[in-house]
Amino acid sequence: MKILFILFLVLFQAQINAAEVNIYSARKEALIKPILDEFTKETGINVNLVTGKADTLLKRLEVEGKNTPADILLTVDVARLVRAKEKGLFQVIDSAVLEQTIPEYYRDDENLWFGLSLRSRVIVYAPDRVKAEELTSYEDLADSKWKDSICIRSSSNVYNQSLVASMIAHSGLEKTEAWATALVNNFARSPKGGDRDQIKAVAVGVCDVAIVNNYYLAGMLVSSQDEQVTLAKKIKLFWPNQNAEGAHMNVSGAGILKPAKNKKEAIQLLEYLVSDKAQQWYAEANHEYSINSDIANSKILKSWGKFKADKLNLSLLGKYNADAVLLMDRAGWK
Amino acid sequence: MLVTQDSQAIPNSYFKLVPFSLTKWNSVLVLLSLLFSIPLAVILGSLFFPQIEVWSHLADTVLSDYIVSSLALFLGVGFFSLILGVIPAWLVTMYRFPMSRYLEWALLLPMAMPAYIIAYSYTGMLDVAGPLQSSIRELTGWQYRDYWFPEIRSLGGAITMLSLVLYPYVYLLARAAFIEQSTCVLEVSRTLGCNAANAFRRVALPLARPAIMVGLSLVVMETLADYGTVQYFGVSAFTTGIFRTWFGLGNSLAAAQLSVLLLIFVAVFLYLEKRSRRQAKFYNSGSRYSSLMQQQLNKEQGIFSLVLCATPMILGFIIPIMYLMNLALDTYSEVLGKDFYMLLFNSLSLALVTAVLALCIALFMAYSNRNTHSSLNRFLVRFVSMGYAIPGTVIAVGVLIPFAWFDNTLDAFLTEHFNISSGLLISGTVVTLIFAYLTRFLAVSINTVESALVKIKPVMDEVAKTTGINSANIIKRIHIPMMRGSLLTALLLVFVDVLKELPATLILRPFNFNTLAVRTYELANEERLADAAVPALAIVLVGIIPVIIISNSISRSRAGNDPENDSGK
Repeated sequence: MKILFILFLVLFQAQINAAEVNIYSARKEALIKPILDEFTKETGINVNLVTGKADTLLKRLEVEGKNTPADILLTVDVARLVRAKEKGLFQVIDSAVLEQTIPEYYRDDENLWFGLSLRSRVIVYAPDRVKAEELTSYEDLADSKWKDSICIRSSSNVYNQSLVASMIAHSGLEKTEAWATALVNNFARSPKGGDRDQIKAVAVGVCDVAIVNNYYLAGMLVSSQDEQVTLAKKIKLFWPNQNAEGAHMNVSGAGILKPAKNKKEAIQLLEYLVSDKAQQWYAEANHEYSINSDIANSKILKSWGKFKADKLNLSLLGKYNADAVLLMDRAGWK
Repeated sequence: MLVTQDSQAIPNSYFKLVPFSLTKWNSVLVLLSLLFSIPLAVILGSLFFPQIEVWSHLADTVLSDYIVSSLALFLGVGFFSLILGVIPAWLVTMYRFPMSRYLEWALLLPMAMPAYIIAYSYTGMLDVAGPLQSSIRELTGWQYRDYWFPEIRSLGGAITMLSLVLYPYVYLLARAAFIEQSTCVLEVSRTLGCNAANAFRRVALPLARPAIMVGLSLVVMETLADYGTVQYFGVSAFTTGIFRTWFGLGNSLAAAQLSVLLLIFVAVFLYLEKRSRRQAKFYNSGSRYSSLMQQQLNKEQGIFSLVLCATPMILGFIIPIMYLMNLALDTYSEVLGKDFYMLLFNSLSLALVTAVLALCIALFMAYSNRNTHSSLNRFLVRFVSMGYAIPGTVIAVGVLIPFAWFDNTLDAFLTEHFNISSGLLISGTVVTLIFAYLTRFLAVSINTVESALVKIKPVMDEVAKTTGINSANIIKRIHIPMMRGSLLTALLLVFVDVLKELPATLILRPFNFNTLAVRTYELANEERLADAAVPALAIVLVGIIPVIIISNSISRSRAGNDPENDSGK
């Protein structure tokens, strides 16, 4: 009887202590778990994680409805955050910390989602074949002088969709479609592989210029595989559109779901993720820029120098996402 | 001669189709089939919500591309899998040549290799930035544009990669069929003047055709449902369209409708195949199963056979494994830990449980079908076994929707009447996951079991019944021993398939639950192949253990083989 009572107490205790927060994450485990573990260590709040593709997680949330166990949806692209918002999955978050830390163009105007880390889609080039002076902007890559010299991955990739969406937001559908059609004409090869593949292709001479996310280049530079480092060292990064609106930016971000049962813990976690410590980790682990004011927190990020970031309200990337996909289909961008 | 016409062998009444009969077993069968039809029905249900705008956009722009690429994949992978599967199966079953005993099971090894892993591996080796082309450039001083090298990431590359890992399905089923066939018919055919090639073409091949076709249909279904490889290779296949429509355009209904199109295509193919051999039913009519005498080949023939059989195995297994091992050497110390053993345990137990369940369900369905001959049953069982042709992600959504609906309805009911909230009871548990696996892989076990069952003459049952043996004993004492090879095959195929399964696992799994396939994919997808190498190797290694065990028992499973005095050793 005594044992039962103790057992009961232990179980009950466990119940009380089991403060937890549940995340559906489109960010892969290796790129989020370490900082979540750190959070658990500091706060005692357990974090439960399911990773997957953003849209399948959205579907899961939709059909699970108000009984979903998830508190937070984390994605690696703003378009999916906007999609989640449009589906009415998020609730309004009232957090002074989040509002003060995150510039307003990197979060939702109704505080339904927040950017947590910042990355840029940049131009990389082979310095032995291309001079930095020849490069200016994304728009310029559609010029016929770049015929057969551009590598970029498939238009199925959300980073490309967001880049095109940003161009639609800046210069309209018609101009962007003309640009995309001309860009496709300049492709050195039919799109294949991921961003690292485009970097390698520039390094070995398949093409002269590629458009990639900054952290892929950084990842190759610090890779444990020598050949990746060798290839990455052969190419250089160029900050596009510096005389215009600035380089295209995107965020990984999160929102708290309407049925969240652990709202307090969820807010606490989001606040933790924008803390200096977590932002430092984002930079070191994945070479992303700090969400507040483009601070370069890693050696490689610093080596790329200061740059002008596009301050376009990121909600627009979500707004024009479908338009971007349709446009790229029409342009023949595979 | 070997073809037994239905009308001659079996009383006419035997094949009379009853539209529906309500026996106890039959109703269980109907319920079970209906249960596993739900996900497919959900997907079909998308047809009720026409998405005109998306369809007209697709038709105007990319749809023809998708169809052409998928047809090319279908024909290419189908053709090469047949060649790589059937010929080696015949050679290792009928002849002895150097290494033939090892090749018997080694030919199966590529099966344990997930398609996207072989794709990543070969890209790593053969791509323009890979070691091979780099050394060519270094040695010759050529630049990229100075020489020609086959582009691995292309339609041809995708056909090659998929054929290399899928041919074992054909091989496995073909070999099981060749082993199960009676030597008598072959001997008779030889005495009637057939030479070896003719005996193969005119006797063995028609007899094994149902089994080979099962293998082939699994291959083409898996090919059409593949997303990982085609996406990485930049091939605009039909699945590319499905996911672009869903992820890019945010339209999951249109995506489901595209999947239905895929389903219809496969259904038509299966129907035509079935119809083309409808006139003839093939039974093992010989009752004597003497040991299979394997013929010793002379030196030249032997070496030729060795090369022929070893090539697909080397390309589909040895080379990518060596490449992965080389990568793993750098990373294994970081990857192997407590966490890793958990992955291993999860993958292994899911695969085992699903394989056993799938076999039981398949046996049950195949038998009820055989004994009742109701056309409704037949249709349902056919329908259930179509799940293989649908991409795992889409099937998973078909599972997600009804389960969540059930949970939410139950929760609402309990809350209203008893003020208890049950939350999500089964959604987000391994139960959902296993259900999804079953929906997808029942095709494999049902087809394999049926292909074995159709070769057992119904007359045998009738005869057995007259001697007073009941049905259960007929199954236990006559059928199971005759089908042992095929049953093990079914078990193995599902086991390996679950081990490799990614998309459904990714969507449906519970919190903090990962498998080897998920880990491999996440790392490989981040273009960190070196880190992905260890879990990828683990999938392959875990997969080849049952491959070897079962392959050995299939060799020994031949009816007429004396287990004590095993000629297969």
